Amino acid sequence: MCDSCGCGITSTNEQSTDATVTVLKNLLSENDQQAAHNRSHFDKQRVLCINLMSSPGSGKTALLEATIDACDDLSIAVIEGDLETENDAERIRAKGVSAVQITTGNACHLDANMVHHALHQIDLTQLDVLFIENVGNLVCPASFDLGQHRNVTLLSVTEGDDKPAKYPVMFRASDLVLLSKTDLLPFMDDFSPDNVEQHLKALAKDIPLIPLSAKKQLGFDHWINWLHHQVQQNREAIQGFQSTSHEAHQLAA
Amino acid sequence: MTKCWQPKMHELSICQATLKQVFDVAQEYPNHQIKSISLKIGPLSGVEPLLLEQAFPIASAGTLAKNAQLKIEQLPVKVRCLKCGAETETSANRLLCQHCGDWQTQLLSGDEMLLASIEFVTDS
Repeated sequence: MCDSCGCGITSTNEQSTDATVTVLKNLLSENDQQAAHNRSHFDKQRVLCINLMSSPGSGKTALLEATIDACDDLSIAVIEGDLETENDAERIRAKGVSAVQITTGNACHLDANMVHHALHQIDLTQLDVLFIENVGNLVCPASFDLGQHRNVTLLSVTEGDDKPAKYPVMFRASDLVLLSKTDLLPFMDDFSPDNVEQHLKALAKDIPLIPLSAKKQLGFDHWINWLHHQVQQNREAIQGFQSTSHEAHQLAA
Repeated sequence: MTKCWQPKMHELSICQATLKQVFDVAQEYPNHQIKSISLKIGPLSGVEPLLLEQAFPIASAGTLAKNAQLKIEQLPVKVRCLKCGAETETSANRLLCQHCGDWQTQLLSGDEMLLASIEFVTDS
């Protein structure tokens, strides 16, 4: 207590510092740890996990429906994320594919913990690909690692072609961008796929862009080829890692 | 500026995750109060500093951090050009070299969302 003016200084911020602890950890490191745990589950069963993101209504569920139809040779399961309803999971189940719906309530993105809970309802053995259809949102999902191996972002031709410039975090995090609903391009005077490419290039990453229409099966082969290639690449990477670990283990013994 | 339809909710969950880490560290400092929490945030992190500042009082209310000051250092977006070697500052959606214009650059800073440090004071 100050004697002269009776100001009674007791605020914490005017006391001297006793210890400054350097942390330097990601704000979401707990989510990241859970995501790494999810990833280890996928790797154990050699399942490729793809996080599918976009604005609401860009065609994520339609893409999955058409992908399931086109890929008899792949065993697929889906985790659906929406604020409310089971609608999207029901559409996937109608294709004979296992789907778990996460309803987030008010959360604008999925996180690793939610995905972990959903994984308890999925049999990862015998599975080739697990798709996670994230909440329709071009902002928040990009920040949350779910344990996926690849991020695929959809941009429909009914949106602006400058979306990669407006949402750099999302597009920069993408391993592949799918330009969806290309059957509508003749009606979209203001949309230029070239502009999308230029904006993507300005993000300084060589992000492939595949134009397609799930509805009219345009350009779909490129997507299916990419998907198969990723399944193969992922298996080889895991096998390579497992062999190296095994050798190291033997050497140590 | 709005980030998503419930901007505070998103930054609120990030604040809560941050505070969980802070409290873990605080366990090693019993009989201390948390004076300040320092973060380093880049424009490509997906986290909006102003909204974090707004969410912090809500997240910290009634906790060990209720009197703590949140300090946020905003980091610039910096790239190194793989073609000419220049290191330049640029904007979040134009990660081209500002020296030669080439697109093949490496991000040096700008995507950080770090809990940098925590200041503790002894309980009076």
